Amino acid sequence: MDDPFVLAGETFTSRLVMGTGGVSSLEVLDAALEASGAELTTVAMRRVDPGTRGSILDVITHRGVRVLPNTAGCYTAGDAVLTAQLAREAMDTNWIKLEVIADEHTLLPDAVELLDAAEKLVDDGFVVLPYTNDDPVLAHRLEQVGCAAVMPLGAPIGSGLGIRNPHNIDLIVENAGVPVILDAGIGTASDAALAMELGCDAVLIASAITRAQVPALMAEAMRKAVEAGRLAARAGRIPVRRYARASSPAEGTVGSAS
Amino acid sequence: MRVTLNGQSRDVAKGLSLADVVAQLTDAPRGIAVALNAAVVPRGNWAATTLADDDRIEVLTAVQGG
Repeated sequence: MDDPFVLAGETFTSRLVMGTGGVSSLEVLDAALEASGAELTTVAMRRVDPGTRGSILDVITHRGVRVLPNTAGCYTAGDAVLTAQLAREAMDTNWIKLEVIADEHTLLPDAVELLDAAEKLVDDGFVVLPYTNDDPVLAHRLEQVGCAAVMPLGAPIGSGLGIRNPHNIDLIVENAGVPVILDAGIGTASDAALAMELGCDAVLIASAITRAQVPALMAEAMRKAVEAGRLAARAGRIPVRRYARASSPAEGTVGSAS
Repeated sequence: MRVTLNGQSRDVAKGLSLADVVAQLTDAPRGIAVALNAAVVPRGNWAATTLADDDRIEVLTAVQGG
């Protein structure tokens, strides 16, 4: 493998992690998962609804995709820890995408509860992947307590606003000793490419794919954008210049002095 | 006896086990987890766990989510 993505000792080819939130049906999810090329996908934990037909886990495992449960909807460290423990029991994985949000309007992470929950879950043997603010200091603190990655937001969940503070993402990437996964805020393919160009190791996308008019087509666009952005980051872009720099030779033009 | 199952209060027979309660909600062979009074009970212990008055039971599964 040319450029593997290693996360908590596991090796992935794809750097696009797909979230399943917002899909209109399991059929749509299946097509989008296939087109995305994702090898890791998130699910939420909710009370059993006796009326539900079909299991999202069947669709995901049939595709050979690894399940990453999350703690979406939790407002306190205590609820997040219990939800993570339930997810571990239900899905036989110690990986958890840790979300502890502050309010339902912004869905922004509650930094204090998040750090508390992260520490408790690391102590309990979890591989903790925290959804965090685009705050380099908090990202560093999460890494210090033993998180296996940091997942800063580009913008609020589901907003499609793109990466509002590229400089902070740049600082997080520069200082991180664990993988950085841009999580939340992606609206379209160019946002995903920018995340990778900034040096992120992967991108997590749900709404931008699942709520697109043609989810499978957007999933393919995101796959290619993540690949293109990663290649560009590795290739090393040219410096930005204030004035032009000719790419054609300056010598030997018609009428020039020899 | 009264217990709270997934946030809803309900009357259940004495001697009912966690396994009995889960079976009333779902027949899914996997992907289910149960908490009794905010502590996870492993699947292997459901049948041997008898409910008591005022128990709070949460039965969760995976759904779509970011």
